Formats: sequence, C-alpha cells, structure tokens
Amino acid sequence: MKRLVTHSARLGAAIAVTLAFGAPASAADDVITLGSAISITGKYSQEGKNASDGYNFAVKRINEMGGVKVDGKTYKLAVKYYDDESTPARTAQLLERIINQDGIKYILGPYGSGPTKAAAPVIEKYKIPMVEAEGASRSLFTQGYRYMFAALSTSDQYLSPVIELAAELAQKSGKKPGDLTIGMAFENDPFSLDVRQGVVDEAKKYGMKIVVDDKMPRDLSDISATLTKVKALRPDVLAFSGHTKGATTAARQMKELGVNASIVAMTHCESAKLTTQFGAASEGILCPTQWAETLKYKDNVFGTAMDYNKAFLAAHKEYQIVPYQVAQASAVIEIWADAFRRAQSFDTEKLRDALAATDMQTFYGNIKFSEVGNNIAKPMVLRQIQDGKYVVVAPTKYASEPVVYPRKAPQ
Amino acid sequence: MTRKSLALHLALLAVGIAAPFLFPAHAVQFAIFWIFVLFAQTWDTMGGQMGYNSLGNITFFGFGMYICAIAQIALVYNVGEYTAATGAIKVDFTDQQYYAGLALGVFLAAIGPVILAAILSWILFGLRGPYFAIGTLGVAIAAAELTSAWGWVGGGSGIAMPVFPGGPGMRERFFYWACMLAAVLCYLFLRWLYSTRFSLAINAIRDDEDKAEALGLHTMRYKTVAWSVSAFFLGIAGALFGNMTGFIEPLETAYPTLTFGIFMVAMTLLGGKGTLWGPIIGAVVFYTLRELTWTYLLGWQYIALGVLIIVNVVYFQQGILGWLRTRKPEWFGVRIETQPTKVAGK
Amino acid sequence: MWENLQILGTAPVFNIQLWLNGLSVGAVFALAAYGLALVWGVTSVKNLAQGDFVMMGGYLGYELSRHGVHPIAAIVPVAVLMFGYGWLIYKLIIRRVIQLDLFTSLLATFGLAITMQQVMNLVFGPDVRTLKSGFGRFEMFGGMVDITQIRVIAFGLCAVLAVAMVLFLRKSRMGQAIRATAQDPRAARVLGVNTDLVYALTFSINSAICGVTGVIIAMIWVIQPFYGIAYSVRAFVIVTAAGLGNFPGVIMTALGLGVVEQYGGFVLGAQFQQATVVTLLLVILIWRQLLLRRQRLALQ
Repeated sequence: MKRLVTHSARLGAAIAVTLAFGAPASAADDVITLGSAISITGKYSQEGKNASDGYNFAVKRINEMGGVKVDGKTYKLAVKYYDDESTPARTAQLLERIINQDGIKYILGPYGSGPTKAAAPVIEKYKIPMVEAEGASRSLFTQGYRYMFAALSTSDQYLSPVIELAAELAQKSGKKPGDLTIGMAFENDPFSLDVRQGVVDEAKKYGMKIVVDDKMPRDLSDISATLTKVKALRPDVLAFSGHTKGATTAARQMKELGVNASIVAMTHCESAKLTTQFGAASEGILCPTQWAETLKYKDNVFGTAMDYNKAFLAAHKEYQIVPYQVAQASAVIEIWADAFRRAQSFDTEKLRDALAATDMQTFYGNIKFSEVGNNIAKPMVLRQIQDGKYVVVAPTKYASEPVVYPRKAPQ
Repeated sequence: MTRKSLALHLALLAVGIAAPFLFPAHAVQFAIFWIFVLFAQTWDTMGGQMGYNSLGNITFFGFGMYICAIAQIALVYNVGEYTAATGAIKVDFTDQQYYAGLALGVFLAAIGPVILAAILSWILFGLRGPYFAIGTLGVAIAAAELTSAWGWVGGGSGIAMPVFPGGPGMRERFFYWACMLAAVLCYLFLRWLYSTRFSLAINAIRDDEDKAEALGLHTMRYKTVAWSVSAFFLGIAGALFGNMTGFIEPLETAYPTLTFGIFMVAMTLLGGKGTLWGPIIGAVVFYTLRELTWTYLLGWQYIALGVLIIVNVVYFQQGILGWLRTRKPEWFGVRIETQPTKVAGK
Repeated sequence: MWENLQILGTAPVFNIQLWLNGLSVGAVFALAAYGLALVWGVTSVKNLAQGDFVMMGGYLGYELSRHGVHPIAAIVPVAVLMFGYGWLIYKLIIRRVIQLDLFTSLLATFGLAITMQQVMNLVFGPDVRTLKSGFGRFEMFGGMVDITQIRVIAFGLCAVLAVAMVLFLRKSRMGQAIRATAQDPRAARVLGVNTDLVYALTFSINSAICGVTGVIIAMIWVIQPFYGIAYSVRAFVIVTAAGLGNFPGVIMTALGLGVVEQYGGFVLGAQFQQATVVTLLLVILIWRQLLLRRQRLALQ
C-alpha cells in the first residue's frame, strides 16, 4: 500500500514537473536529459526496476555533487523513461520516439539482450550514442555498431569460468576433466542462449559431455521434467540461466526434487534473492557476477565498491543485497558524466568519440571499450553462497575464500 | 460511391500520405497505427462478418515476418550462419540486395500465410464458437514455441534484420507509406468484397451456418477464402513490421499472442464489429489511447487502458459505431418516421 | 530423444517421478480451470482475468505470511478476501456483461486483467516471490523419487476443494439453484431463483477458488504480477479440451495435461513442453469434431 502511495506521489510530482517546465528538452534549462526505454511492466519488470534504481541512484548522487560541468556551465542530469513492456519491438519504437519526438540525444540501455538488440539498429541509424549495462549477448557486438557502448562483460563469460573451475577441481581430486558430465537448462532468450554457447565452447575444450541440454519454457515456472532427467543421469556440473525467474525456479525445484551435483551454478542469484528466499537450500550455489562489493575498485563519486553498497542499501530498504544489475546501471551514468566532462560539448559525434576513448576506474570496475563497444577492462568474478553470504571464490586473484567442493546436498 | 463519400476518402488519403511530412518525428508511430488498422480490419472479416472468433490470427503475422526475414537473408547468406548466436559472419547488404530481398520477402510473406490458412482451414473449421477461438489460440502458441525451438532461424535469440540502406528520415517514410499502402489496399479490397455476394454468404454463415449449408452454400469454400484474405494481408503486415523493428524474435515480436493477438479483438469490438468502418475507428481510438497513456501516465498506463476498455464495454456494448448508430441513425442513412403527420387524416 | 526414452525404459522408477510431478502440477491447474468452467457454464462469462485472480490470491497470501501467518493457514482468510473481491468485481463489471455474446465478456475481463496486473505491480512491487511453507519432502525408492510434502498437501487441498464443490452443487439448495441457472436462466428465474444472486455467488466462489490456487502456486512455484496470463491461457485450454459443461472432465483433463507436459518435457526437452500441450489440445478438438461428424452422418 505504501508503495502505491509513493507511486502516486511520484506520479503527481512528475505531472507537476512536466506542467511546470513543459516538454523536457535535452541540454536546455541547465539539465541534460538522458533517455531510456526500460521494462516497467511485463516479465522483466523486476530486472527493469533494478536497472532504473541504479540509474536514478547515480543521477541523484551526481546532481548532489553539483552536476556535470560542460563548457564552464554546470548541468544537472535527468532521465526520461518509457515502458518497453519487456518486448524488443516496443523498445525499438520507443527509442525512435525518444530521439525524434523528445529530441533526446543521449541514451541509456534497456534491460535484457533482446531489447538491446532491438535498440542498437535504431541508435546506429540516428548516430545517437547509447551506453548500456544490461545487454550482454555477444551477438550485440558482431554487427559493428559504432554508437553502442556496454559497461559489462559479455554473457559467454558468465558460466564458462564455472566449467574451467570444474576441470581444475576435478584434476585436483584425481579425476580427468574429460570424464565430467554437464547438465544444463537455459531460457530461450538471446542472453541465456549466449551464456549457453559459452558453456558449450568451454566444455568442448575439455572434452566434457553435455548430457542434459534443455531450454526453459518462458512463461511457466516449471523445470521439474528437466530436473528429473538430471536425477537419472547425475551430471557432475549443473548450470542454469534464465533471469530472476529462472534462478528462483531452479533453486526451488532442485531442493524439492532432491537434485544436487558437485558443482551447481546459475546466473541472477542476487536479484532472485536466493539466500533470503531459500536459506540453507541455496548453500554452495555458484553465482557469476559482473560486480562484487568486496572488489577493490573506487572512484570519486561513490568511493569504493563497499561504500556504494552501503549507500545504496541505506537508500533502498527493499534490497537486502545489491544485485550487479543495479551497480552497472549506476556505472553507466558515471560513464556518461565522464564523457560529457571530457568532450566539453553536447555534440553527439564528439561525445561518441569521448565515449570510445573512455579509460577510467569506477566503483564498478575499470571501463575501457573495445573497437566494437564491449568493456574489456573488467573481469567477471564467481561467487559462492557460503553460510548465507556471497563470497568470491574465483578467479584466484580476487578470491577471499576457497570454493567448497563438492557441493553438499542441503538437508 | 457518392461524390461526398469519395471526397471524404480522398481527403483522408491525402492526410495519410502527407502525415510523415507534417509530423516527421511521429512517422514510425503512425506506421504502426496503420498496422493496427490492418489488424482490426482483417480480424473483423473473420470475427465480425463471418462470426468465427479467431484468437490465433497473429499466427499469419508471425509466419509472414519469418518468411520475409528468411527470404531476405537466404538471398545473400546462409541463414544458419547468419543467425548463429556468436554472429560468425560479417553482414553487409548492398542496396540492390536489400530491395530485391525485401520485394521477394514481402511477396512470399503474402503467399505463405495464404497456403497456411488453407491448410489450417481444413483442420480447424469444423470447430465452432469458443472451441474455434481456443483452437486457433493453440495454433498461435504452438507456432511461437516451435519457432523458438528452431535453431536454424535463431530460435529464441531471434534475427537481427538487414538494415535499411537509406538515411534516417527516408527509412521511416518508406515504411510508413508501405504500411499505409497495405492498410489502404486491405480497406479497398474488403470494401469491394463486402459489396459482392461474398459478404452475403459469410454473413449467412455468421447468422446460421447449418441453414446456409442446407441452402446449398459451400460454406467451407467461403470460410477458407475469408481466412486466406486475412492471412494475405496479415502476412504482408508481419513482413513490414519485422523490417521496421529491425530485430525479430518469436515470442514477443512475431507471435505476440497475448498482446497484438488480443488487441486485434479489442480494437474491433471497441469500434463495432461487422461493419466496414467500425474496426478502423476502434483502431484509431485504441491506438491513440495506448500511445497517450504510455507517454503521460507512465506506471499507470495499463490501469488507464484497462479501465477505459471496461467502461467502453460496459456502457457502449455495441462498440462506438453501434452506439452512434442507435443515437444518430440518420447519419447512417436510416430514416426514422417521426410522429405521423396530421395531413394523413384528411 | 531416444536416449531419454531409454532412461524411462531402463529405470522405470522415473516414470513414477514424472507422474507425481505431473499430477501435482495438474491438480493446481484443475482448480483454476474448474473455477473458470463454473463461471463459464453458469454465467457464460469467459474470465480472461482468471490468472490474475490467481496471482492476486498468491500476493494476499504472501502479505499475510509476512505478518507471521503460516501459508496454509492463510488460505482461509485469502479465500474470504477474494470472495469479497469477486463480489465487488461482479457488481461493478461482470453483472453488466453477463449473457452477452462470446467476446464482450472476454474484452471486459481483458481490461480487468491488465488493470489488475499493474495495480499488483504498484502495490506489491515487481519482484518474483515465493512462499516458504517450511515442509520437507518424501523420499522414495532410495532417493530416486522425491516429492515435497507441500505438493502432497496441495494435491490433497485441491481434491478436498473439488469434492466440496461437487457436493455443494449437488446437495445444497444454492447449488441446485446454480445448476438450474446454468441449464436455463429464464426458466430458473420464472421458478423463483434469484439469478442475479446466483451469478454473483458463482463469480465470487470462482474468485475464492482462484485465491486458494494462488496461495498454493506461491508455495510450489513463483508469483509475479505479470505471470497471471499463462495461467489464464492454461485454464482456457483445459476447459475447452474437456468440453464445456463437463465438470469432472475438467479435472481429469487438467491432471492428464499435467502428466503429458512432464513427459513432453522429459522426452523432447523442456522447450517443447508448451508445444506438446497445445498440440494435444488441437488433437483432442479435432478428434472430437470427427466423432461429431460421424454421428451426424450416421443420423442421416
């Protein structure tokens, strides 16, 4: 109910603002308006909320610190949102609208690889730069887009380290990596399919055998048939990816069907709130993450990763842990602010060049874009749920605890 | 056609053609509007005129979209390589390749769904009422699921469509006029069709199919033709929509059973089914409301749209046109005799 | 595909697992579909918001459990609340679209569905939620077959509710009035049945059933404001496959589809789960149609 009240208040404020200032125009009235079509409704609405919370949090912080200085004048940041209903077709239409009708020339990415794939051709056509943080599929970076920049690592890097880790651990315990078997289920969407491709390639390298390879049905949250197969074939490694719903479903049904393996890994653990929703049953699950609050990165907006973590949790009581989707969205705003500072201009071409030349450290990690726009300066880390906490276990350079292997069946 | 009606049609046509020049920023929004108009018109042929309420017409839309995409790509590349998740090949279409591909694609996207409609007619037209509605819904869902399980066309990761070669302004106008042309041709064709014996036949099927059959009407033939007409235009719409969006995938873009699939029905019923202009008016009202609420009532948009639909259904059950017809019958050429005049008594 | 069939051949015990899963899935759908069939049969309203009523029930259960109520205990207050909500919706909307043609009620409830989705999104937030029941699981055949106690309880609840509904419709005065109205509303009205009350009651009972289903779904799966539509579609599929007015058929079809879905997922892969179900629906519809045609030919 409280949420409804705050929403009504927010809506009221939004209307008041619109009435007071008329149509928002970018770079006018000392405000730089960024535009985004994000999932407010539909099946990615939770993930969309994570992303927009991250955007808003960073915008607020930067404005509190005085905004962005361009050409001797300071500007405040603002974001104009639209609802893409979690469908790529809508994303494309809304971006046209943001660019053509609202005249916004600085774009923040939508949530998900599908919507981002739909957004990229539009911004490319209009030569309007976009920085995105929630579309990781490699297929985004093969089309030679010049105006799209991604703060995050590509999706093939999510679960392939798990396979590498499995091979390493098997070797240590005297088994041949080639004897390992893998069972996996991925949602049928561009992101998860690319995560899958990463696993398949890595497994081929070690000669591992994939015994279960299912796609999760998109609307019903039931993978018990797949897990029954897993029970029958007992693979050594289990891997899942299907956004928040996929993680929730996999964790819950593994527990219900008593399924376990030496290594269990899935994406989106944090946004699915595995530790609070499932407690002991989530123990030992490996979760790839784009960002962890324990990493030693810092910048002068938020301070260290840990500072960001504390500040965000203090401002947003509904989160128990900061999902990396939030952190990378905040990083995008920092990247934009940095680009404005360096370009000292509102010209989209100059901004694009400034973005392409980005080389900075943020609380989220180092940012440096490759020729095709993906961030190559930042590793992904693998965390494991140990005693209800997410601890970094790989790569060794960042690990704070050794990995618990094999995973014990939760009671 | 009377002179007045002709003038009205021409005026509307002129506004339609000029729209992208008058509001260049809104061209894509308007293009999708024409797609919605086409949705409502084609649904009405089945649901309004013939009484077969299909929830699966979206199948033809998605089928056309995929046929067109495959044709466009296959002309130049190997489809499997093109759609691979890793993007193994560098894609580059020349202008000529693009337009040739698009022309071939749209052509096949019109023919393919017609063939599909003929096959589905044979299977599904024995079903009546709600059974037909849910049966067609099943076909649409199955089509979406099977396409997303089919790796060769990219499965759930979809296809990034070839990029239109012209500049930014060109592209919108091109697709706007293409969509408008499709919708206008659809209107003209249906207008002609409804003026022939054909409309009497399909109306007879709606009113009492068994009697129509008993009177010697080959109902099956008429039903197949009606559905094929819908499929023909929906296939073209799908091909255009896919190219305009630039990225297609099965569940949300090509076969959106629960959004576009239901919108078609909603628009037709809003405007008033079984009439030529009802679905068009419904599309205008529905689309305008949807775009306005999405812009100005963000976070509340579905609530606003939902409440408007409910109010419309509860208070204007015959649709907007039906409501008008009872209120202002003289606008529709229906003359109601007022009080009998005293002169008659003489 | 063949390997998966081989598993079932060499280790038949997994068939039991699939059946158990399928039946417990089917039982949940049976409830939602039963409610839909009831409303459809009596008032001829096709409730496209069925799944959203289910989600709403789930969220009410979630809110209660946050205040310390055990989910199982929450079922009763949720049923009562949803009954009240159903009554309200009936008075506001459904009453005005009753007995109209097929698609009017479908459109009205479509409007209701999208409104409810976003209201839930605003009130409860967009997070994917589950309810903790705190029950363990039964292990059988040395851990080869597992079923959670909550699924067994859910199955039991569904069975109890279904039997209660059948008894209510058969034995009670009101139940008879409902059945009479379903058969011929005009005749029922002439004979002194307050059909408006019957309609209101039917719709509210359906709403309460949905509420209970929602709590059960939150305990065995997940809920999210926009996931309701999948349940609506499934309920429609079940009711049409069973045939209108065939109440025991609804339950059997729901259980059957649940099991078929599990086998489809196991043998062909989870990506074909949905496709298996809708293909089966089409086969059933067409087969029934062929039977009808043969009967007609025999009559001639």
